[in-house]
Amino acid sequence: MATINKKRQLGRPVSIVGGGLSQFGAFADKDSRDLFVEAFQDMVQSMDRGFDIQDIECAYVGNYSSDLFEHQGHTAPIVADWLGITPIPITRIENACASSGSALREGVMAIASGMYDVVLVGGMEKMTNLPTDGVTDVLASAADGLYEVPAGLTFPGIFGAIAKAHMDKYETNLDHLLKIAIKNHSNGALNPKAQFQQTMTQMAERRMARAHERGQTVPDYKTDLDFLNDEAANPWIAWPLRLYDCAPITDGASCVLLVSDEIAHNFTDTPISIAGIGQATGKPLHDSDELTSLSAAKAASQQAYDMSGITVADVDLAEVHDCFTIAEIVATEDLGFFAPGEGPRAVDEGRTALDGDHPINTSGGLKAKGHPVGASGVGQVIEIYHQLRGEAGERQVKKTDPTVGITHNVGGTGGTCVVNVLRRES
Amino acid sequence: MASEFTSSAFYNKLKEEKKLVGVKCQDCGHLSPEPRPMCPECHGFDMEWHPFSGKAKLSTFTCISIVPVSMAAKGYGRDKPYCTGIVALEEGPRISAMINGVDGTNPQSIETGIDMVLDADDLDEESPALAFKPA
Repeated sequence: MATINKKRQLGRPVSIVGGGLSQFGAFADKDSRDLFVEAFQDMVQSMDRGFDIQDIECAYVGNYSSDLFEHQGHTAPIVADWLGITPIPITRIENACASSGSALREGVMAIASGMYDVVLVGGMEKMTNLPTDGVTDVLASAADGLYEVPAGLTFPGIFGAIAKAHMDKYETNLDHLLKIAIKNHSNGALNPKAQFQQTMTQMAERRMARAHERGQTVPDYKTDLDFLNDEAANPWIAWPLRLYDCAPITDGASCVLLVSDEIAHNFTDTPISIAGIGQATGKPLHDSDELTSLSAAKAASQQAYDMSGITVADVDLAEVHDCFTIAEIVATEDLGFFAPGEGPRAVDEGRTALDGDHPINTSGGLKAKGHPVGASGVGQVIEIYHQLRGEAGERQVKKTDPTVGITHNVGGTGGTCVVNVLRRES
Repeated sequence: MASEFTSSAFYNKLKEEKKLVGVKCQDCGHLSPEPRPMCPECHGFDMEWHPFSGKAKLSTFTCISIVPVSMAAKGYGRDKPYCTGIVALEEGPRISAMINGVDGTNPQSIETGIDMVLDADDLDEESPALAFKPA
């Protein structure tokens, strides 16, 4: 496949000039359209110079499965109606958990083509209408329904199988996985939009307090790992993955405003440019070259690095697709931050923490911020947007003057991967 | 021209012949345990049925405690996790499969790399699943 490695360029540069997130969590009374409007309002109210909604010429919205979650198909025009932006064209993009990553890519190309100057891109998912086993089934439908699902594989199951393969091949152990959860909860605790705004220590203390209130035996957790190794507190989902290895079931929405570079300064003095985009496709895990890596992630990141001209050494921080803790380790290896098998050691050494040399998932990641699947890709982009503009508040990375950030958004179990390189131009 | 290389034919052969019957590309020889009408390697359309030996090694696995609705109906759940994973067939390709004959409640007792054989003895009439068990 010689053509996949061809270096590609956008027809003209594209920038992000605003971003908004709904609250992430479980909201029984909200439908996905309401969540999208909430994200849009957050974006409008945070834009440096405001903007006229009439300027939006085209829109793309990522959504995995409103059909199964809400019994609502054809959701894109409903979003346009709720925003009052009919009759501009709006298209729903579905690529499982990479739906809004792919929607962003479509928006970028729509501007790069010269056809539009101002494009709204976002994503949304309303997941909590269904019970857990129903959500498990809907998510499993992102895998191969003929040859993976009938074999009993679930979405966590496939990542469990990846984790086992990683543990067999390298020195990865269960504590490495749990340390990812601890780190991401620490970051999520600093994110006012996150579903879980508690550190793991706070989660453990809450469980001890509840046991005390109920007159039950109070567990004696001396460390976060004590808590996470308690099978009652952290039950198995798909061995070797436990509850706290898994991103939660989340309702939420995200959106960003993309504009052609030449008009970016009408909106802000600090636009963030789309320096590189990449998207690639992978086979089911059993047919992949390696069981410890996502080939689509490697290919997509290579495309994005090539387009942007940056190397791994230039990357200040990244939001990666930690739908499961093992997925963060694999992502940091696939993106080239660490050699294959070295991801776990980097976690041990704190290199991926907020004050590390490779901060990963400063937002709390999908693990703690929440994972409304269709909204997650653009949600990642918003975190990098704020970090590169130095406006991430308490969770701002400690390194000075970050200029390059990466997002890594996976659909299903690696069938799709979208990688973006975002850069603040000075 | 309608292709005969469908999933329903695959599962029917599994049930009736008690064999994993996949396909082989007549042009390049590529083997695929899943029947497909087109070769993903050379992109030819000349496929033929190919019976696999049913011998394999366990590549990786997971034990599922939070089970899908269909497996809950078979009695699996938190108290009775089941094992599933990926096996490497003797002929080369890998495939996802139920892993029978191991203790899903004790994953530490299950070893990757062990010899496996196709387990087509007790297939569900409605929704047969590809399964392997230790040889």
